[in-house]
Amino acid sequence: MDRIADMGGREGLGAVAPPRPDEPVFGEAWEGRAFALTLLTMGRVSGRNLDAFRHALERLDESAYLDDGYYGRWLNAAELMLLDSAILAPGAVDARARILAGEDAEEPAVPEPDKPDYAATAPGSLRTVEVAPAFAVGDTVRAKEMSPAGHTKLPAYVRGHTGVVELIQPAHLFPDTHAHFLGENPQHVYSVRFDSRELWGPDAETFSLTIELFESYLEPAP
Amino acid sequence: MTTPDAGAASRPSPALRTEALEQLLTERGLVDPAVMDGFIANYETNVGPLNGAKVVAKAWTDPEYRARLLAEGTSAITELGFAGPQGEHIVVVENTPTRHNVTVCTLCSCYPWPVLGLPPSWYKDPAYRARVVREPRAVLAEMGLELGDDVEIVVRDSSSEVRWLVLPERPAGTEDMTEEELVPLITRDALVGVAKVRVPE
Repeated sequence: MDRIADMGGREGLGAVAPPRPDEPVFGEAWEGRAFALTLLTMGRVSGRNLDAFRHALERLDESAYLDDGYYGRWLNAAELMLLDSAILAPGAVDARARILAGEDAEEPAVPEPDKPDYAATAPGSLRTVEVAPAFAVGDTVRAKEMSPAGHTKLPAYVRGHTGVVELIQPAHLFPDTHAHFLGENPQHVYSVRFDSRELWGPDAETFSLTIELFESYLEPAP
Repeated sequence: MTTPDAGAASRPSPALRTEALEQLLTERGLVDPAVMDGFIANYETNVGPLNGAKVVAKAWTDPEYRARLLAEGTSAITELGFAGPQGEHIVVVENTPTRHNVTVCTLCSCYPWPVLGLPPSWYKDPAYRARVVREPRAVLAEMGLELGDDVEIVVRDSSSEVRWLVLPERPAGTEDMTEEELVPLITRDALVGVAKVRVPE
């Protein structure tokens, strides 16, 4: 799914923010509350699925993703997961927020929850895969040229490009199905090294880049 | 599909919406504000870059630990008591005078929480996420780190549950310092690879 969250290589974003050594963990008090609310609701209330949370982040529009910063997008994605699972009714958060601000607002009725009937087979995301990895360290591989409709961890900037397997990482459950509550389907994961000129053309800065790619994202390259 | 973001610009402020969400869920017994307080306090005080600094200072002063850290990062880090969310599999890579690693997460802002805490603003900033995979030398220079043309740059985009930690170079002039004396020199930014460890003048 090609939306704002897939940032790699995007242009027009200006200079980077300079590091501040004394930056507080949470710049404003609400950011800490939003952080804790997100961990709690995603972990215990709405779905217990980190990939579904990441997919909720990806589904936000640009304004909801960017305007209120990192914890603003967390808050919006946590709310989206609570709407998806009908823990909250549409409009419930805004109505309560307006009441807190002293305005008149009508609060919607609490809906009948419709939480996904789904549980991971184990904590975390690392899993065992019985079949041997399809690729070995040193193999030349290509990231498939594809644009999956739902959640994916295949960023647009590597699609169609050729690299070399640098490391075989522990197998992971597959986010593209897990995020949609459609099963873990664990796969082998590879750190694939790309040359900057392969990714960005002959005038690119000289460097290399590694990224973790799931086996089904890859095909052998000559 | 119902989305909360239609007309986001006209929604109440995030501070008010956070308070509203906490209140709605607390009323129904779905979250406990005291548990939230505990999460916040833990990440404000216990889980931060001091943990990563301790790992690096030990690696600089204990060659056997350094070898374990580079071979099996997660278990070597767990030896020092650091583990938890976003730390399932940590790979440690060494910066040298000729090879410089720098980490990013272009798709979200994945970061090795048990050793570095929650990510700083610049790491979550769209400009850093977008640009460091395309022009890392320019981005590092903007952040105050000029690397010579003979230094090979390796960018690590954390697109799975693998988390990267940079083992920075031990600076000259610290040969006589103890592990404990080294810890305060080691900054978060050096452990991500956007700075080097410096000795205060």
